[in-house]
Amino acid sequence: MHTPRKYPAAQVLRALVSWLTGLLVFFPILWTGMTAFKTELQAIATPALLVWTPTLDNFAEVQRRTDYLLYAENSLITSVGSTLIGLLLAAPAAYSMAFFQNARTKDLLVWMLSTKMLPAVGVLVPIYVLYQTFGLLDTRLGLTIIFTLSNLPIMVWMLYSYFKEIPREILEAARMDGAGLYQEFRHVLLPLGVGGLASTALLCLVLSWNEAFWSLNLSAARAGTLASLIASFSSPEGLFWSKLSAASMMAAAPIIVFGWFCQKQLVQGLTFGAVK
Amino acid sequence: MALPATVNDATAGAAHATPPAPGAAARRPASRLLPRLLLAPAVTSLLLWMIVPLAMTIYFSLVRYNLMQPGAHPFIGLRNFEFFVTDGAFVPAVMNTLMLLGSVIAITVVAGIGLALLINDPFPGQAVVRILLISPFFVMPSVNALMWKNMMMHPIYGVLAQLMRAVGLTPIDWLASYPLLAITLMIAWQWLPFACLIFITALQSMDREQLEAARMDGATYLQQVRYLYLPHLARPAAVVIMIEMIFLMSVFAEIFTTTGGGPGYASTNVAFLIFSQALLNFDVGVASAGGLFAVLLANIAAVFLIRMIGKNLES
Repeated sequence: MHTPRKYPAAQVLRALVSWLTGLLVFFPILWTGMTAFKTELQAIATPALLVWTPTLDNFAEVQRRTDYLLYAENSLITSVGSTLIGLLLAAPAAYSMAFFQNARTKDLLVWMLSTKMLPAVGVLVPIYVLYQTFGLLDTRLGLTIIFTLSNLPIMVWMLYSYFKEIPREILEAARMDGAGLYQEFRHVLLPLGVGGLASTALLCLVLSWNEAFWSLNLSAARAGTLASLIASFSSPEGLFWSKLSAASMMAAAPIIVFGWFCQKQLVQGLTFGAVK
Repeated sequence: MALPATVNDATAGAAHATPPAPGAAARRPASRLLPRLLLAPAVTSLLLWMIVPLAMTIYFSLVRYNLMQPGAHPFIGLRNFEFFVTDGAFVPAVMNTLMLLGSVIAITVVAGIGLALLINDPFPGQAVVRILLISPFFVMPSVNALMWKNMMMHPIYGVLAQLMRAVGLTPIDWLASYPLLAITLMIAWQWLPFACLIFITALQSMDREQLEAARMDGATYLQQVRYLYLPHLARPAAVVIMIEMIFLMSVFAEIFTTTGGGPGYASTNVAFLIFSQALLNFDVGVASAGGLFAVLLANIAAVFLIRMIGKNLES
């Protein structure tokens, strides 16, 4: 379409290079996925096997040894929980900042983002001590709280940049027509902002699901998430490669597939509306 | 404007079973109170989240507090800071943090722009290639680290080693010989999709007429890139740098799962150094001093970032 028709060769070459790059970038995931369906011996065969009879044993074995389902449940509950609580906290704040702007709004936004820059390690010790004191160590509630707080600044920012796009006139018109706060929210803001709410929620889900620092340090056998389960595979037993691959795939695949469906909203949302 | 709204609200409130707001008649003072009420939960929780641990960190950093030595926590002034800063791992950790940050940002921005330009024009299977390119972004850091450590970079069975042997080279034990480079590669792989997708998105909003005009005037592809595409991508590049800085300051899982900061301190960054002081040496005081240092480092970075964001907020 853009490249002049006279150079079909150049076009073919470009498509070819694009495909190769795409496959190259995807290769580690593909390879791990393939290894998950091999036996241990096939997994370490040199030269690497490209054709083999796939087996599902590894997946069963991972579940038997590590109670994968418990960790998956923990991941699901903490990430969904923190997303919901995060939205409940962030949406009103973003609404307030987008529609009742004053001189301090900008400072407030920047301050919120600056809390995100506070490195987690900087507060690891006190959080650990606090969690110990309040019995939150290795609980789902504890992880949910920490995920919510660490994603909150980004959620507020994202929602703010979406709400800012909604023309004020529409809200004013609704108010003129007698809409109260609840109706304004329900019938005007929600339908117009649903895209923003959705991408914010999606991003928060991905970030919480993949979060490893807090789940490694604050949880263990009871509330551990998949991210921390996988990290614990780093020890020498990592030589059970096909099981390791199976576990990795079981932990990462749900969110990768999820990401495929909403890639665009996710990444665009993360730019705080600065890139259109 | 406020007055009719008040009147309407009052009638609406009377007509509905659920009144829109407690005391719709008092909308006028509420219009000042309401925004604050809506802000309060988020601001309060963030404030607590910031101040309570920070205050505790400051306190811990000024006392002797080792989990292996029970008893009182005597005040020792700035000794923890002195200890942290003079520790043999300190300088390497700071350098590694900056190196990691700089190289990952450089790789992802340059490669991201290149890839975005490459796949910008339609070709058969464009959507699939996009999905392939974007996938690493959703891989959790611990899986990313294990995948690269075992499947790709293992000196005997890893794909890279096998490829090198196939062409007659001696395989490299990446994580032992070039630990920081290996970790940089893993993280760059993870963040390349993000940069790439942002640049793709930005390219789609390019002025087509301008491009058409440039082509009519006989501009070569390179000239178009130099004078039209690259200037257009400056702002998205700033956004990419900003977001990556926020997330890459505290890289942890990749180091924890692969090298454990070693060999020696070759791949220890500030985040990992503090972690090892706290949970491996049980020295809460020194770890807290290190935490405060990390906060300081983050604030220096934040000054640059806030200038950039400030500009983005204006437009």
